Amino acid sequence: MSSLNISISPHIRSSRTTQKIMLDVIIALIPALIASVVIFGVRALVLTVISVLVCVLCEYVWEKLMHREVTIFDLSAVVTGILIAYNVPVGMPVWQLIVGDVAAIIIAKMLFGGIGCNFVNPALVGRIFIMFSFATEITTYTYPAGGADALSSATPLTVMDKLDWSNFTQLFLGSHGGVIGGTCAVALLLGGVYLVLRKVIKPIVPLCFIGSVALFTWAFGGAQPILSVFAGGVMLGAIFMATDYVTSPITNWGKAIFGLACGLITAFIRVFGNYAEGVTFAILIMNLVVPYINDLTMKKPLGGAVKK
Amino acid sequence: MKRKLNILANGIFKENPVLILILGCCSVLAISITVSGALGMGAALTFVLVGANVVISLLRKIIPDKVRIPCYIVVIATFVTIVEMVVEAFLPSLYEALGVFLALIVVNCIVLGRAEMFANKNTVADSFFDGLGMGIGYTVVIVAIAVFRELIGSGTIWGYRIIPEGYQIGIVKQTPGGFFCFGAAMALLVYFMNKKGKKFDPRIGCDGKCGNCGLGCKNQEDNAALLAASDKEAAEV
Repeated sequence: MSSLNISISPHIRSSRTTQKIMLDVIIALIPALIASVVIFGVRALVLTVISVLVCVLCEYVWEKLMHREVTIFDLSAVVTGILIAYNVPVGMPVWQLIVGDVAAIIIAKMLFGGIGCNFVNPALVGRIFIMFSFATEITTYTYPAGGADALSSATPLTVMDKLDWSNFTQLFLGSHGGVIGGTCAVALLLGGVYLVLRKVIKPIVPLCFIGSVALFTWAFGGAQPILSVFAGGVMLGAIFMATDYVTSPITNWGKAIFGLACGLITAFIRVFGNYAEGVTFAILIMNLVVPYINDLTMKKPLGGAVKK
Repeated sequence: MKRKLNILANGIFKENPVLILILGCCSVLAISITVSGALGMGAALTFVLVGANVVISLLRKIIPDKVRIPCYIVVIATFVTIVEMVVEAFLPSLYEALGVFLALIVVNCIVLGRAEMFANKNTVADSFFDGLGMGIGYTVVIVAIAVFRELIGSGTIWGYRIIPEGYQIGIVKQTPGGFFCFGAAMALLVYFMNKKGKKFDPRIGCDGKCGNCGLGCKNQEDNAALLAASDKEAAEV
């Protein structure tokens, strides 16, 4: 009898581990990496590798210092590293990228207790940290070679009203200025489809997010509502960052509300705000209210107690 | 004399106004961008604290209990006005740097808090040392945070460049960085207090009314037990 264990639910045995899920996410991110190397050159790859190494190293060193279990093999730090690198322009100085990595892992993740305990997405904290610290560098986009059209002079978001459907291919394939991993919509969509097929994510959040960006951009009178979802960080944010398990709602209705609200805030900032891009802020703000969304949309258990 | 020194040290360590009592955070966050500004703010606050504590302690038997807060405010405002005029006349650059926060010392929780918690119950000499200790405690913390924020955020200390231009992390001198440094300083103090064997007691500055306090100390368990007992009693009645 002494070998009986008593533990709390759920009592489901599954071969799905954090490591396997994170591996799937990494695989899903690879098309965007290939696209970014084609568009921006080898430096995109170098930045991504550096970012991953720094994130893993940070987590390892911190856990060693704090005498905690070392969790670098669950690959979550690798995903964070890739996402931070995807969120900076290719011309970003390496030390500034490292500052963002350290901030993401140490401040947003480890100080709050490591994987599963962070209340906001670490990669987005890293991006915000870089954005507030190095405002010039993060908005200095290096452009792919060739072409002197509307898209080669600035990020598409700042020239949104000059764009039309003739630019669609360029936007869709990502050959325009922007952050490393955020420009090539088709590669990101490919990754998203892979994640959905592998049942790593449910498509609710990305669809609601992308749909509501289009809807509210149109409702607020922003230029080119449909094209706007292919510009900036909507795809990257909606597919890879808003779907983070730890910082998104667990119920289906909750996910829908979360995605819609993210899109609403994004469109609001883009159309009325000072910043050209609002995806980062939208996801971070919604991350903060996730516990309340979970509470409000929690299913009543069958035969469960009725609230007075 | 030992008692006086204890009161002085109390304000610097055990009941540090900023990190333990968590009072006066507004000016700490706003002014700790430069070391010179922080030192000026600390000096101004120390002067007001000492002055207000002494005068309120002198008047503690005369001030009617019902209108004591307005009376404290008048005394504090007097000293703040003196400081403001002196700083404006002799240190115009500091006056510029501190801006509205110099005048806001009037409503600084530390000054009002010490008047209410200490000066109106203790002798003039004790109040003097309490004000001095609290002022020094505030100054030490705000200057320590400012050293870090100015070094990392602007690359300078007291205006002298230490980290070359272009290698600053701007967020540290902005508001989010201020909050972060403040939290980190609090955590460090608790860490060192625990390490020294002086278990950090979260009840300091606690009046026993736990309400929504999340510290989860023993007080709270006792109070919860009392509340449960009284609830049970009420239910039985």
